[in-house]
Amino acid sequence: MEDLLECKNLTKQYGNALPALQNVSLSIKTKGIFALLGRNGAGKTTLIRILATELKQSSGSASINGMDTSNDAKKIREQIAVMPQEARLVPWLTPRQTIYSYLLYRGFSRSEAASKVAGALARLELGKYENTLNRHLSGGVKRRVLLTMILATEAKILFVDEPTTGLDPVIRADLWGKLNELKKTHFIFLTTHYLEEAERLADMIGILENGKLLGLGTLDQLRSIVKYQYSIRIMQGTTPDIETRIGEVIKSADGSTQIFTTETDAEEISKKLVREKKRFSIYPISLEDIFYYLVRKPIEEDTIHNPIGKNGVHED
Amino acid sequence: MVFMKINRLNQVYASVLIDAVYQMKNYPITLVSNVIAPFSVLILIILVSHGQLLSISIEGALITAMISSGVTLQIDLSHIKNDFKLQDMLISSPTTAFTYTLGMAMAALVNALPALTVLTILSFLFIRTNVVGLLTVLTVLALIFAFSVALGFMLSTFSTDIQQNRAFVSILTVILATIAPIYYPITYIPASIRDIAYLSPATYAAEIAQNAIGDLKLSASDLTIDWIVLIAICGVLFIIAIKKSHWSDP
Repeated sequence: MEDLLECKNLTKQYGNALPALQNVSLSIKTKGIFALLGRNGAGKTTLIRILATELKQSSGSASINGMDTSNDAKKIREQIAVMPQEARLVPWLTPRQTIYSYLLYRGFSRSEAASKVAGALARLELGKYENTLNRHLSGGVKRRVLLTMILATEAKILFVDEPTTGLDPVIRADLWGKLNELKKTHFIFLTTHYLEEAERLADMIGILENGKLLGLGTLDQLRSIVKYQYSIRIMQGTTPDIETRIGEVIKSADGSTQIFTTETDAEEISKKLVREKKRFSIYPISLEDIFYYLVRKPIEEDTIHNPIGKNGVHED
Repeated sequence: MVFMKINRLNQVYASVLIDAVYQMKNYPITLVSNVIAPFSVLILIILVSHGQLLSISIEGALITAMISSGVTLQIDLSHIKNDFKLQDMLISSPTTAFTYTLGMAMAALVNALPALTVLTILSFLFIRTNVVGLLTVLTVLALIFAFSVALGFMLSTFSTDIQQNRAFVSILTVILATIAPIYYPITYIPASIRDIAYLSPATYAAEIAQNAIGDLKLSASDLTIDWIVLIAICGVLFIIAIKKSHWSDP
């Protein structure tokens, strides 16, 4: 089966600065949501821009549906649609005019574009805003219009760069619902620095830090990277014997302490903390824990925490 | 895998819709602005010259409208690229740099149409010329439009924010509109600083146009030189624009 998306040793260097991407390799075979997690400046947007044929890599290769992003860019562009980070709607247009014009840019005939606009607006429940000027729309509706723009193209591969950054939790949850619907029929390459977003939406997750792919897999597969099953956060410091009995203790700047531990030890530590009347929380290892675990560890050259196959290849 | 048939004409039309038709429809104030823009200097010159420079001023306003198209294009393209990121969405779509730029140039022309219509009416009323003169003026207007659009597109690809944008606009305005004798004959500029005017391609355009409507008498050799320089500048700029413009980041 042909890979839907594949990167081989993808590297991008801007001038003499540190590489924005370093030997990133990954392969995805099926539709769904792939969430690329990373902090600001991790290289997420650079990767998305290379895959979306907006930017040339310095070395390595990338392909979509078997087509090379450098050599077959024209063909790829017919099959993808991109919602860039910080994309904003042109304020003097209405949602209908925005989507209609974008569809014309995509090469549709006027009649095709007109009929697709209506369907797309209805699908994302934007009918009542269709003739309102974009500048009068709320932040959440604006994002939905942007999403509708790329959805209306009928491209089956969507690149969505930090779509919920800056939105309030209610609007964010609303957009998550829409993305969850879309993933049944589309492949969505989503970048985010919200761990919860990746945890809730993604079928596959990649973790990028300083241009290197540190982890790749499903949430369960990523959990296996961390050898502990539980995370305990103690608000008021730790007792000395707890610190020495397990390997992974992290002290935060705010005075709290986080302990990654096994199921057996978690139970024992909890009892002890209860006896000592410490304020603490305990929960199974989350994506956030995995993220901090990976990002905190020193990165060895060409090392990827990939529990699912060689060279970051996801065998679905 | 199915590849769709791309309608290139509609890609051009999309730019005209976004940057001209919808803009004037949704923000009617831009229509008013587009109509009156070339008239400020025109009225001033006519008043100061007691009507002596009426025909030159009208012809100058036509050239200014063409120059303004390029300047406006540069502003709009930069705005769409830097502030809305729409250009990023288009780069990764079947749109090409050529259809996008052509569409935006057409949009600039549509934006200039209201003013051009009024100026054309004034031209028929106050300028006396023959068919050759009319064709000459139209050719000059087309060349200066192509020049300003190519320059506008090229500068927009280098502009990264509003401050750079402003700087480019100021420089363009000085080079194309201020130092060039568009609204009056070049003989009005003191001989000692007249050469500066020849740094602007608009000067050659204005001289040719003024000669065509009979307000300036150029020798055959001067006229030939003006044509050669104007065409050469347009040609060179086109080549530079094609080679140096960054449709997408390198």
